[in-house]
Amino acid sequence: MTTTSNNPPALTNGSGAAAILAAGIGSFALAALAIAADKSAAMKTALAFYKPTGPLSGVTTVAILIWVLTWAMLGVGWQRKTVSLGIVNAAAFALLILSFLLTFPPIADLF
Amino acid sequence: MEITARALWTMIHGMGFGALYLLACSGGLFELYRLTAASPSPSTPGQHRFLKIYLVTMAFLAWATVLTGAYVIYPWYRATPPPGTLDLSLFPQRLLMSNPATIGWHSLGMEWKEHVAWFAPISITMVAFIFLRYGRDLSNHKQLRSAVLAFAAASFLAAAIAGFFGAMLNKAAPVHGGPAIQVSSGESK
Repeated sequence: MTTTSNNPPALTNGSGAAAILAAGIGSFALAALAIAADKSAAMKTALAFYKPTGPLSGVTTVAILIWVLTWAMLGVGWQRKTVSLGIVNAAAFALLILSFLLTFPPIADLF
Repeated sequence: MEITARALWTMIHGMGFGALYLLACSGGLFELYRLTAASPSPSTPGQHRFLKIYLVTMAFLAWATVLTGAYVIYPWYRATPPPGTLDLSLFPQRLLMSNPATIGWHSLGMEWKEHVAWFAPISITMVAFIFLRYGRDLSNHKQLRSAVLAFAAASFLAAAIAGFFGAMLNKAAPVHGGPAIQVSSGESK
């Protein structure tokens, strides 16, 4: 059976929007934590969850927790809603682009 | 012919999970674009099912790559040599930092790679989730589809940056050591 799609959406965009925004927030959290661990000795020590890996272990673990929790909370809140995806996409892309830039060492070293 | 345990793990991380992920990206992006297009191009439930499995496999590969990188390879890479160590070949980070000609591979390459790589699994997990949830209905959500394609492309970019620097770092200061594994015994000719 073959299908084509030119129909009104069957599902609301809420849960998709939650996943997109959470991915942007999670990525940004990782970049921000990486800078914090690099600039602050206290953060560096606090984020060394697994000594052989050093602060990278805490930076990524905390960022993943932020990502998953944000996704879960937004997902529950937006599950049956239709949200303004233009704003959500713009925010998520902005956070993602910022994340790429902030992890780039010459830019991260500006802080 | 033998390989050290650390070199084998590095191969599994980079040439196994990482390279396979990069190879899968082009196919994943193309199929996502094709199967969710609003054009009248027909698609079968089998093709949608295949892409769902394909994207979940990509997410698995991306997570396997970053987790083996961070928790298996990276500790060997950043290990601190005992005081007075002159031969730094078992301490790649220190080896790179000991020479002005190679320090950039660590200060730029590894410093960027170790963080940017994580955007790949985060992004592709989101892409896989949305395709699993919406399936063919995704073609009716133009903005959702655009975001999915953009994040899939970003995932590819993040993996490409990490893969490039991973390959170059392993060329400049390979991770090796540990028990030697005999792959085969050769004969002299």
